[in-house]
Amino acid sequence: MAGSPRRDEPSRDQPRRDQPCPDQPCPGRDPGLQPERTRLAWRRTTLSCTAVAILAGRQVVQHHAPGPVVVVAVALVLLVWIAFMAAAHVRMRAMCDSRPPVLSARTALALVACTCALAALGAAILV
Amino acid sequence: MILTDRLRSIGAGVRLWFTPARVREEGTTPDYRFSLANERTFLAWLRTGLALVGGGFAVDQFLPRLHDVLRVTFTVVLLVGGALCAVRAVNHWVRCERAMRRGEDLPASRFPAVLAVAVGLLAAAMVVLVAVGWTR
Repeated sequence: MAGSPRRDEPSRDQPRRDQPCPDQPCPGRDPGLQPERTRLAWRRTTLSCTAVAILAGRQVVQHHAPGPVVVVAVALVLLVWIAFMAAAHVRMRAMCDSRPPVLSARTALALVACTCALAALGAAILV
Repeated sequence: MILTDRLRSIGAGVRLWFTPARVREEGTTPDYRFSLANERTFLAWLRTGLALVGGGFAVDQFLPRLHDVLRVTFTVVLLVGGALCAVRAVNHWVRCERAMRRGEDLPASRFPAVLAVAVGLLAAAMVVLVAVGWTR
């Protein structure tokens, strides 16, 4: 049974619907894999944001008696992190297209606002 | 006079961030690969900003024996630097996108050089302070 293909397995000639081209490269696919590289750049950026959020969270965990300002600031850092992830996720979904549209300025500004908010909250934690 | 011109150009630049449709009206849409490369550059600058913000958090948390004034100074400098980097990222991204649409040269900037010198000086100062042990 191991060698013979199962009945419900799609044959080689008929590609499955959800994977339009399993063997052949997609006709519209960029040979330089630009959308994939951009998607990975987004992934790296979300990882950087996560590292900052974890450092902020460490502040509360390590502190013996964190004050209300620190707790609220770290909670806001978590919200900012979620917003960052959501914006990045929407853009990464757009990267599934072989010809993704230009990044919207709203997304870019949202991410910059998130970064500035993290800096401001870092200053609030400091005080 | 020069100052007002400079302020006006900064104001026009900031307006450009919030009115991307105006950028899209000009020129022709460049090859999508150039736009994606511009986007990756934007993300790289954003990561630089995030790294500086994270550095600020790290100085605050991992150098507890550093003198309070110094610790706060380093942290604030790093946090402000991170925020500046992020703002610069979106500014440069919009200006590059516009230049590509118009078929102009990409904008030159002295920001990378300034940032490199600032980070170098900051790192050197940090090494000296931690090595000398100027602590409480």
